[in-house]
Amino acid sequence: MFSLPASMGLTDILSLAIAAILVNNYILVQFLGCCSFFGVSKKTDTAVGMGMAVIFVMALASAVSWCVWYFILKPLHLEYMQTIAFILVIATLVQFVEMFMKKAMPAMYSALGIFLPLITTNCAVLGAAITNIDSEYSFIGAVVYGVAAGVGFTLAIVLFASIRERLEVTSKCPKCFEGFPIALVAASLLAMSFMGFSGLSIPW
Amino acid sequence: MKFSERLKAGVLLDNPVFMQTIGLCPSLATTTSLSNAIGMGVAATVVLVCSNIVISMLRKFIPDKIRIAAFISIIATFVTLIQMLLNAYIPALAASLGLFLPLIVVNCIILGRAEAYASKNQVLPSALDGICMGLGFTFALVLMGFFRELLGAGTIAAGIIGETGIRIPGLFENAATMMILPAGGFLIMGFILAAIQKIMSKKEDK
Repeated sequence: MFSLPASMGLTDILSLAIAAILVNNYILVQFLGCCSFFGVSKKTDTAVGMGMAVIFVMALASAVSWCVWYFILKPLHLEYMQTIAFILVIATLVQFVEMFMKKAMPAMYSALGIFLPLITTNCAVLGAAITNIDSEYSFIGAVVYGVAAGVGFTLAIVLFASIRERLEVTSKCPKCFEGFPIALVAASLLAMSFMGFSGLSIPW
Repeated sequence: MKFSERLKAGVLLDNPVFMQTIGLCPSLATTTSLSNAIGMGVAATVVLVCSNIVISMLRKFIPDKIRIAAFISIIATFVTLIQMLLNAYIPALAASLGLFLPLIVVNCIILGRAEAYASKNQVLPSALDGICMGLGFTFALVLMGFFRELLGAGTIAAGIIGETGIRIPGLFENAATMMILPAGGFLIMGFILAAIQKIMSKKEDK
């Protein structure tokens, strides 16, 4: 009674992952997750922490929302509930992960804990969940896509944080550009360099 | 607070995008043209006003501990409504907003106003607050969309005034396509913010 998407080969999944990390980078090409991109990119170590938390939650959210869609919403013809169902799944999941981490992995919790509540309203997570369904990825494909999009997010935010750290110390810019505007210009340059990946094709 | 003061605060002094720098994803992603910017701004404003009204009505019944989840479900309901309406009546706009239409749910402005204002105030002021903040958001998007379309495509209001809009001679032939691409979005936003900081510092000097 369930019609699941076709399973994907290894090459499909590999090219999917590379595309999600570089070619369609979540922040710099698709503008998903910009709030946390600018919000927590002042220091490199917090950026790394945020990135790790996003990878973790995105992988989990992709898996759970995929199951919700193919085993609950679709068989019951409740496709229009997608947005509501997914955001509630993500919110609950984040809360659950937070409680679980606090109990079972206190070291990890103290490193990532403060970022977890922020992730609920990170559009990248919901974006990944919806993209998985729109592109009809298989279960493995969806999880890989979630991880890869998270890795892309981490790559961008860590690069950007290191640029911002340098900007603080060394840059001399017009007074009106100080702070946020110059960070945006730096992000623009970073996005430009990521445009170079847009011609990348996977040879195998 | 009077309506005019509140409007001034929402659109200029406390503008959600330019002053509070929240809601950046849609304001960067959906401002490739003026028509997209207006579409996104209006859709988000409708959701903001409706959710502010409902949240304010229910503010005494929503338990404090699960308020965020309750707010999100209310917002998601209205987003789904808008999504269905746009798909039915303006499918072209729905297609060009794409993923960012369902993502109105996680727009920080809407949840922020619910938490900071609607959950503590009466229905009418909450509705007004929604209108003012929504207009501020739309204003920011329109400004971004106008410049990006002008520089990136060399047109003004394509899709609103006729199919092609007003073509600017000289710019249309040599449009800097980069301005419509992501890099241009960050760049234009940076320059607008810099201009605002310049104006603000001049005002303080006086």
